[in-house]
Amino acid sequence: MAEIRNYTMNFGPQHPAAHGVLRLILELDGEVIQRADPHVGLLHRGTEKLAESKPFNQSIGYMDRLDYVSMMCNEHSYVLAIEKLLGITPPVRAQYIRVMFDEITRILNHLLWLGAHALDVGAMSMFLYAFREREDLMDCYEAVSGTRMHATYYRPGGVYRDLPQAMPQYKPSKWRKDKEIKKINAARQGSLLEFIEDFTQRFPGCVDEYETLLTDNRIWKQRTVNIGVVSPERALQLGFTGPMLRGSGVEWDLRRKQPYEVYDELEFDIPVGVNGDCYDRYLVRIEEMRQSNHIIKQCVDWLKKNPGSVMLDDHKIAPPSRAEMKDDMESLIHHFKLFTEGYCLPPGEVYCAIEHPKGEFGIYLVSDGANKPYRIKIRAPGFAHLASLDEMVKGHMLADVVAVIGTQDIVFGEIDR
Amino acid sequence: MTSYWYAIPELYRDVIVTSILIVAFLLVLMGAVAYVTFAERKLIGYMQMRMGPNRVGPKGWFQPLADALKLMVKEMILPTNANYFLFRVAPILSIVPALAAWAVIPFMDGVQFSNINAGLLYVLALTSMGVYGVIVAGWASNSKYALLGALRSAAQIVSYEIAMGFALVGVLMASGSLNLGDIVREQSGNIGHWYVWPLLPLFLVYLISGVAETNRAPFDVAEGESEIVAGFHVEYSGMGFAVFFLAEYANIILISALIALLFFGGWLSPFEGPTWLMAIPVIGMYLFQGLSWLTDLPLIGLLLDSGPHWFLAKTCFFIFCFLWFRATFPRYRYDQIMRLGWKVLIPVTLVWIFVEGVAIAFEVGPWFD
Repeated sequence: MAEIRNYTMNFGPQHPAAHGVLRLILELDGEVIQRADPHVGLLHRGTEKLAESKPFNQSIGYMDRLDYVSMMCNEHSYVLAIEKLLGITPPVRAQYIRVMFDEITRILNHLLWLGAHALDVGAMSMFLYAFREREDLMDCYEAVSGTRMHATYYRPGGVYRDLPQAMPQYKPSKWRKDKEIKKINAARQGSLLEFIEDFTQRFPGCVDEYETLLTDNRIWKQRTVNIGVVSPERALQLGFTGPMLRGSGVEWDLRRKQPYEVYDELEFDIPVGVNGDCYDRYLVRIEEMRQSNHIIKQCVDWLKKNPGSVMLDDHKIAPPSRAEMKDDMESLIHHFKLFTEGYCLPPGEVYCAIEHPKGEFGIYLVSDGANKPYRIKIRAPGFAHLASLDEMVKGHMLADVVAVIGTQDIVFGEIDR
Repeated sequence: MTSYWYAIPELYRDVIVTSILIVAFLLVLMGAVAYVTFAERKLIGYMQMRMGPNRVGPKGWFQPLADALKLMVKEMILPTNANYFLFRVAPILSIVPALAAWAVIPFMDGVQFSNINAGLLYVLALTSMGVYGVIVAGWASNSKYALLGALRSAAQIVSYEIAMGFALVGVLMASGSLNLGDIVREQSGNIGHWYVWPLLPLFLVYLISGVAETNRAPFDVAEGESEIVAGFHVEYSGMGFAVFFLAEYANIILISALIALLFFGGWLSPFEGPTWLMAIPVIGMYLFQGLSWLTDLPLIGLLLDSGPHWFLAKTCFFIFCFLWFRATFPRYRYDQIMRLGWKVLIPVTLVWIFVEGVAIAFEVGPWFD
């Protein structure tokens, strides 16, 4: 009898469903997966090593580029770690702003995940619908930080600046007529907070729209129910966090279990799944978007009522204002020292984790008392998730690999670092 | 001049005239295919709240021409260790049936290239041929993705052929003829006489298998963008790819035209023979008078009367459905498609053929009397 060998297939890194640069070596028996071997490292930029050669406050921008769909959350973890070692607490208003932007980021991330996951499973329109809402949230990023992606908005001691009073406007072009421009600018007439408030009112309706397309769709259910099932025990053993863990029915959310910033003052629920399959994880993430929306609404209400400082008034950590710098010698020196030498952290080590949209994102920071970290280790949630890919897809078909990659919400920026 | 023309033997004259007609028709069809792709991009664009192509020419109307030009001047790359002959033949194998099947399609009463009695069988036979192009392309490419696509496509098309064939058996039983012209003529009367009503389940089966036959979403596993990249034609570039593309869209138009012919009365007008309106109590008389006043108007009367424009309109509607499905549904998994085909569609057709047989035996009107 002839020897029957498995069909080995190279999936990626140039593949429409590889989510960037995932390379999988698949062993197929017909279309059934026998083994999936993920190869990582194609997007390795040496973030951890780079951070060792820069003053603490100059590495924030690198954090944006880790998980490049949830930028501010990455920053948050790094900034919190520095603050923890310095022993400082930012003003409450800054904490609310951070929480609000964390949740905006969560929605941004989940929208991209929803679009990409649905696109992988074949529902093309979802992607465009998700990007329609992402556009508005990106505008919020732009309004506070000047950039749409890599914001570098969180700083040790607070945030870079207070929320702006005006939103940027769209201008008429050859392709967009005045009437249309008026319509899209309608919500942008007031301050950023008013724009966000308007968004929180619109957004639940949008989520309902996504759900009409997918939640009860027979094909969607056939493609996701009972695919990539992970039991709660196994999920814990594999180091799952975030929606991947909650989808398996483990109620674990750092925002509740180890509250940071002002999460303990806010009201929100933690959705959990039952079966631990792709469909449950989908439902969990959809519900998380609604809960995030709820949190944003609470933050907007608080921020509207409570103006104040958004940065510590300690010029050893936070830069002085431009105006001060121009006529005060001491401020000029502070500014110069901060942006050249930075500041020194007391010797010690710290681990600081936040509930990132993808799971537990942690920064482990060792300082030897210098102005640069001695060692920095980034705990990226996606790495543990990707490591379980083989287990999740074994015995499923080729098309399910794509569904599982989608449900894991893989982003290579954080996995390869 | 005319004397030269009549000096040619009659047989050759027929051949020349038919050839010219065929070339003219193919040009029209290719143009239609090009603009179906444009319609797809525009319509799906609007469904997804974006604009679609709008830069080339006025409102983007020259986009298909630009695409065609681009594909024509591109290099046709031959993969290493690909079988040269089969690799080149596969696109031809796939487009020939898609075009040849048009030979028996009646555009209006008596207007068709070839009025053969076994028209339905001819169509069924030719549409089944299309799968060879896919299989040969997948195998000859020497690519694992292409091979997987070819395997999927082969299994899928073969199993959907059966459901499709049974759906056609239903039409055959209802009309008692394999001639497409006769099938349409049997449906004359008005909208109520169309076969879609007595054969509704068969129509749905045919529509679903038609989408599956043409490898369109949600049954596009043979190309499965996100899984096997482009499936069987992953290694094709330039005109090789363009021909597969043309074949896919020509097939969409063909299947839409067939649905219009077999279930929706082809060129027949839905308002034909408005006498049935008289049967409606009280208002029937007025409706009849209103409608006959309308049909007496010169242009509107012509539009409301049967003619190729109805055939075109119906075909366009089903093409629109194909595009609509693509914007709406997620993709089936390969084994789920097989399950749907074998365990749902085929039993449905079998049961309905039996029901239809009973209906024919008892001469249920207005279709079977």
